[in-house]
Amino acid sequence: MKKIFARKYLGIPYAVFLLLFVVAPLIVLFYYAFTNSTGHFSAANLIGFFTDSNTIGTLFYSLMLALAVTVVCLVIAYPIAYVLAKSGFKAKAVVVMLFVMPMWINFTLRLTALKEILTAIEGNLAFHPFINSVIGMTYDFLPFMILPLYNAISKLDGNLLEAAKDLGAGDVQAFLKVTLPLSMPGIVSGVSMVFLPAMTNYVVLDMLYNSTYIMGSLIGSYFSAYDWHGGSMIALILLLIICVFTLISGSAEEDEGQKGVLL
Amino acid sequence: MKKAIGPVILALGLIFMYAPILILAVYSFTDSTTIGAIRGFSLANYITLFTTPELGEMIWGTLALALGSAIISTILGTAGAIGAFYSKKRTGQVIGVVNQIPVVNADVVTGFSLCILLVVVLGISKETFVPLIIGHVVLSVPFVYLSVIPKLKQMDQSLYEAALDLGASPAVALRRIIIPQISGGIVSGFAMAITLSLDDYFIATYTKPATFDTISTYVVNATRGSHTEIKTALWALSTAIFVIVICVVIGMNIYRNKKDDREGGLV
Repeated sequence: MKKIFARKYLGIPYAVFLLLFVVAPLIVLFYYAFTNSTGHFSAANLIGFFTDSNTIGTLFYSLMLALAVTVVCLVIAYPIAYVLAKSGFKAKAVVVMLFVMPMWINFTLRLTALKEILTAIEGNLAFHPFINSVIGMTYDFLPFMILPLYNAISKLDGNLLEAAKDLGAGDVQAFLKVTLPLSMPGIVSGVSMVFLPAMTNYVVLDMLYNSTYIMGSLIGSYFSAYDWHGGSMIALILLLIICVFTLISGSAEEDEGQKGVLL
Repeated sequence: MKKAIGPVILALGLIFMYAPILILAVYSFTDSTTIGAIRGFSLANYITLFTTPELGEMIWGTLALALGSAIISTILGTAGAIGAFYSKKRTGQVIGVVNQIPVVNADVVTGFSLCILLVVVLGISKETFVPLIIGHVVLSVPFVYLSVIPKLKQMDQSLYEAALDLGASPAVALRRIIIPQISGGIVSGFAMAITLSLDDYFIATYTKPATFDTISTYVVNATRGSHTEIKTALWALSTAIFVIVICVVIGMNIYRNKKDDREGGLV
């Protein structure tokens, strides 16, 4: 009897930790979002968010930016992942490593490098804030898109492609009907690793002198103003978006170790 | 024609990812303060980097935080994974789901919510470093859990039972049978925890003491300021980190190849 207990009990500290520092903060967040500074129930933050044209504009701008970044990342990452997965050259492992390695260099330092280059090219970054932000985020998030795509395309059964061709499909048709649908899990998990950070990572915008707010910057500004209630409501709305996103991609994300495979 | 296009795509991708870092590396050895005109060779940036106390404190602080939070995360996450794996199916599932929350959540939300709970509600001062360390553990512990769980699933379950039958206590069997078999997952979880902590900006911003800076928070503040000496010293830091990462990657590959050779030799 005793032996079974010994292993099971090892999980208790972690369960307590999760309860205290993962579940409890979300409950507190919920409480703060729906109360005002006097501690009374209030839906003012919620109504305020959806009736203020500034915050709605921020939500819209974040979604547009995230969409643009995701599409650009996907368009750049897919061919790279495809070539990597299909090629049989000897140094493949090294090249894959080269594409993953930037993830291990501090992102603010990488952005500093990008910023200096963009400044040298454009002269003044302030002229193209949206495009610069898309470039910055693509630069930052690209490895996170390449890796899941590479994993998904590598796993693809080559026999299926041959079968498609034997049955008369052309290259394009075989790609559209076989390769693309089968790499869907990789696409979904890559998209979910890029889209959400693109809505919230306001440091990229700050560093590239884009002064427009995204959802993350709203939390930042409420934080600076010690407005916990307003910030909590933004955080809650973000959580809601994340939930919807996770549910949509949930079925394709069965591969729970996706991010855990990064190393 | 068709053969040439693959390498071209890869080359373009690599140029996009590495050109900025490499160009900055070149300029870090000059006395220029902007990219464009190279003026003269200079090690001034590296001298500033290694002699400015403020920069040194920031780098050592970042490393200490990464190491400390990674050690806590590794112990907590490994124990948690073993515990969850051998608990009732239902319990394990619940832990697995809650474990996913910080993974899918935006770091801004995680950092902000921890700040409210720990600092605003519980009144723990940020100056104690407690919120910051807890924040970084929350950030990385799920990934330790996620890298250990697959190893537990692959493990030969009967070895543990055999050890117990042969008279080992559960603690000894755990240490001598289970831990060695999942060590690969523990090590990669630890490495992941280190890199997540080193890369973090948001959790640190919302939970750190006012006078303490990590590399990320320092760099972001420095880009807002107009201190060119510090700005170009950060180019040197970026170059140094780039070189260290390359060395670690090469070292890891050599180690892996050797291990493969050895294992291949046995078969």
